[in-house]
Parts: sequence; C-alpha cells; structure tokens
Amino acid sequence: MTPARVDFRIIGDWIRPGSRVLDLGCGDGSLLAYLAHSKGASGYGLEIDDAHVGECIKRGVNVIQTDLDAGLSEFDERSFDYVVLSLTLQAVRYPDRLLREMLRVGTEGIVTFPNFGHWRTRWQLGVLGRMPVSAALPHEWYNTPNIHLCTLRDFARLCERERIEVLESQVVDHAHRQRLALRLLPNLLGEIALYRFRRARLP
Amino acid sequence: MKPIPPDSVGLVTPARLRFAKPLVLASGGVLADYELVYETYGTLNAKASNAVLVCHALSGSHHVAGYHDESDKRPGWWEHHVGPGKSLDTRKFFVVACNNLGSCFGSTGPASINPASGRPYGPEFPMVTVGDWVASQARLADELGIGKWAAVVGGSLGGMQALQWAIDYPDRVAHAVIIAAAPKLTAQNIAFNEVARQAILTDPDFHEGRFYDHGTEPRRGLRIARMLGHITYLSDDIMHEKFGRGLRGEKLNFDYQVAFEVESYLRHQADSFVGRFDANTYLLMTKALDYFDPAGAADGGLAAALAAVKADTLVMAFTSDWRFAPARSREIVKALHDNDLNVSYAEIKASHGHDAFLMRIPRYVDIFTAYMDRVFAGLPS
Repeated sequence: MTPARVDFRIIGDWIRPGSRVLDLGCGDGSLLAYLAHSKGASGYGLEIDDAHVGECIKRGVNVIQTDLDAGLSEFDERSFDYVVLSLTLQAVRYPDRLLREMLRVGTEGIVTFPNFGHWRTRWQLGVLGRMPVSAALPHEWYNTPNIHLCTLRDFARLCERERIEVLESQVVDHAHRQRLALRLLPNLLGEIALYRFRRARLP
Repeated sequence: MKPIPPDSVGLVTPARLRFAKPLVLASGGVLADYELVYETYGTLNAKASNAVLVCHALSGSHHVAGYHDESDKRPGWWEHHVGPGKSLDTRKFFVVACNNLGSCFGSTGPASINPASGRPYGPEFPMVTVGDWVASQARLADELGIGKWAAVVGGSLGGMQALQWAIDYPDRVAHAVIIAAAPKLTAQNIAFNEVARQAILTDPDFHEGRFYDHGTEPRRGLRIARMLGHITYLSDDIMHEKFGRGLRGEKLNFDYQVAFEVESYLRHQADSFVGRFDANTYLLMTKALDYFDPAGAADGGLAAALAAVKADTLVMAFTSDWRFAPARSREIVKALHDNDLNVSYAEIKASHGHDAFLMRIPRYVDIFTAYMDRVFAGLPS
C-alpha cells in the first residue's frame, strides 16, 4: 500500500510496528488505514465531522465521533504508544492543553501543522499586507477554521515552555515533497512541519 | 391497501419453538417449559455465518419487518432498517428476531397458561432479566444451527441485550451494534419506570396481577404508563415541532377535554396501547431495564465487566435523546476501548429524541449500512 501522502510515509517511518495509535482529527481514516496496513498499527481515530466518520467506518477504521476541544479525559494515562495530531493543531481552541493531553494518554506525540513562517505567507502578509492564502492554508480569513497558526520557531518555543522534548522533525512542501533546500531553511521553505516528541525527562 | 413495497421482506409468518429444558433465571426462579416466537428473513448460508439477531425494546416484538397479512396497515417495527437493500440487507443476512420471554406477543409470558396451575401465570410469572433473555436467545440460536452471530443488533433495551450477548457469549458474537442504549439506568430513568409501575399497580382493575381472572385489565394504569413513556421517548424540540401549543379546536374550551394537540397525541398513543399490551408484561420489562447493570456484577466497573468481550462494536446515539443520552453510550465506548477492542461511535444529529432509533434518518442509515457492509465483507467464506 503506497501512502497517499509523503507526511503519512514519514509518520509511518517514525512509528514502531504493532503500535497502538490514537489519531486526533483523523479525517477519513486514511492515515490509520495506512499505518494498520504498513505497520500493523491499531487504535482509534477521533473525528467530529459527520461525513468523515462515515468514511472511516466504510474503511473499517475505528472512529469515535467527538469534539477534540472537549479534551481526551475519556482516555486513561499512557493508553497509546503514539498520539497523532495531523494538520489539526491550528484548528483547536487550546493547542497547549491538547499537547499536554496527548502526552498524558500517549508515550509519544506526533504533530503536523502548516508552517506560518513559510516565505509565501510572509510575503502575503509582510509585503502585500493581506492574510495569507495558500495550498496549505486555502481559507480566507473570515471562513478559516485555523485559529491558532504558528511557525516552526513558535512551535519549538511552546515545546520548550511545556517541557516537551522534540525527538525528530521534518518539513515538506505543499505537495508533501522533501527537498534539500527545505532542510537548510525549514522555517522559510517548509510548508508542512512534522514533529515527534515526548515529555522531557527531568534533568 | 397499498401494494407491499419492493424493499420490504413482504409477507412473513412467525415461527414458534418449544423448549422443554428448564431455564434457571437470575432471580432464582425457573421456567420449566417455555415457548419462543420468532421471525426470520433472508437465507442462512451454508456455513451458517451470516445470521444477525435483532433484539427488541420494551414494547417491541419479533415482528421486526414485513407484513403478517396483506390487510396489515403497518409493517414490523424496524421496517426502515430491515429488508432487501436496507441496513440489515436480507439479501445478504439471515435476520432472526425473537420475542422475549415475559412478552405478550407470543413467547411465554404472564398471560400464558401456567402448566402447574392451568390458569394464566399473572404475578406468578418469574421476573426476567436481560441476561435471562440472552440465555434463552442462545438456545434459540442452537436450535437454528447458528453457532456464532455475524452481528447482534438492538436499540434501547435491545442494545442492552446486544451488549449482554457480547459479555455472556464472547465466542458467539462477531459484531455488536448497540443503538441508543446505556450501560445501566440512572436514578431518573428508574424513577420514570417506577411512576409507570405505580400507575398500573394502583389501578383497581389490576387485581394483584390476576386481572385475567376478572375479565378486565388495568386500562387506566397502562394508559398513564404509556403516556409517561412517550414523553420520555420524544425530545422537547420534536414536541414543539410536532405539536407546539396547537389547539385541537378553534379556541380554549375551559374544561378537561382535549384542548392541545399534544394531549390528543398522548391519549391516542395510550388508547392504541391498551388492548394490545399486557400490564404484567409492562411491569416485567421496566424491571428488566432497572436491573440491567453488567458493571454492578463486576468488581472494577464496566471495563472489567467487558474484559471477556471479543466482538467488534458499533455504538450509535442520538443528540436529542435524553432518556439514554449520548454520554451514556460514550460510557460503553470507553469501556470497550479501555479493553483495546475494536469500537466505533457515531453521534447522529436528530431532533426525535429516544425514538430516533426507530426512524429513517439518512446519516443513521448511512453509518448503519456502511458498518453492516463491513460485517458482510468480513464473513468467513
């Protein structure tokens, strides 16, 4: 099974085979279906959208219809090896609380988000003076679900403040490709950022 | 009457099986000999792997789909969901619907003749629990040659039976579909049931449950119980939508006759229930609901009670259901995922209240059908 997107492949490369995975905002379930097939992973997707829930069930992906803003209190501590939040961090009400919750119910967290520090968004805001619209951020300011956008640097600072240890990170462009230039100037050229992290050990 | 629609199972005939082997009940009581009435739709495949059990709710029966007679005004109670091309597709599945013990629709119940006395059981009919029903259904499955259900499905009290099946017979249930149910009743739920029971028990025509011998029945009590029940099956929103403060007549009549549409509706529901439903059965069914609490038997709560479950499960709840609210279904979902079991949960937006599980709501149909398609695709071939 070829992954539909390169970010899926990267996540697939990061997780250990046979892992228990909780996918927050799992959409149509394609990531979980890919991880189940390629890594023997199992677990659940959480999703609020009616149509997506139906797509998950059609695919045979375990899905629980719920609102992420209501938290993960129904899940016990350390229930999962990985808690994944793919392109959803920017749309939740309290991203910092959700990160904490991810590391309560999971051993490791994996987050992907659109990088607001990409040169094109900087250009649109800084030079054209308009809210950025791009392939990764297709909405207009008035109808966007993305209420907490951040840059790679912002995310790294939040991790530091929350005592979260970043284990791995990657950036890809809007076509989910990896290129050498992205590795050199990730916060300028990366459109989608991927992070794997865990709770930092006390020194 | 109108011709029977092509997506109906059509004309159906109930079947009846006698069980001479005593059934020991949770109460300690024993049914030495009993009969179960059931209907089946579709064809059991060669491996007997495509059988689906539909469990009924408080006032339901084995008549789930189709018509008994061409003159029937109404089909079975789940006609929306059972038939060719429907969620429980009778071209794919062999659907079995069993009338529960204690019912008044054919299986042995309080109105049946007690062989020990030669007169109706009445109050001598032992109390039955959800677990007792499941045990009796398992015997029916044995007789039908069904070792393992492809799915056990039910709404409300029927959903509780599906859950109990998954607990009591983990190797005999591949999938459970639990709709608009709860892992146990709340104090408020029990309170409503108690008011309904008191209405029946204090009716002078109840005669301590021996009303058959008096050629009467506690009509007043049963009517009030049914009216109360109907209020809890509907939501405030749907009552507003259906009736509002609409009047039956032109103006207020300043007496105790029907003034508002909602009064007329409740009286009609009550009238059509009396003569069709047995007061002793109503008492038994509400007690089975009150007593249902699989977690109560297990030290460590619901997750511990479900530790033996192997079935994959679909749980569905309806947003406006306040009798068994979505939060109650989520308790079942949590206990299942705490055991690392395959479970999916869909919360269906519906204004109909608890009764939504009986309705044809497009998203409900879509989710139910998609899940049953997966069940069918996974059948051992």
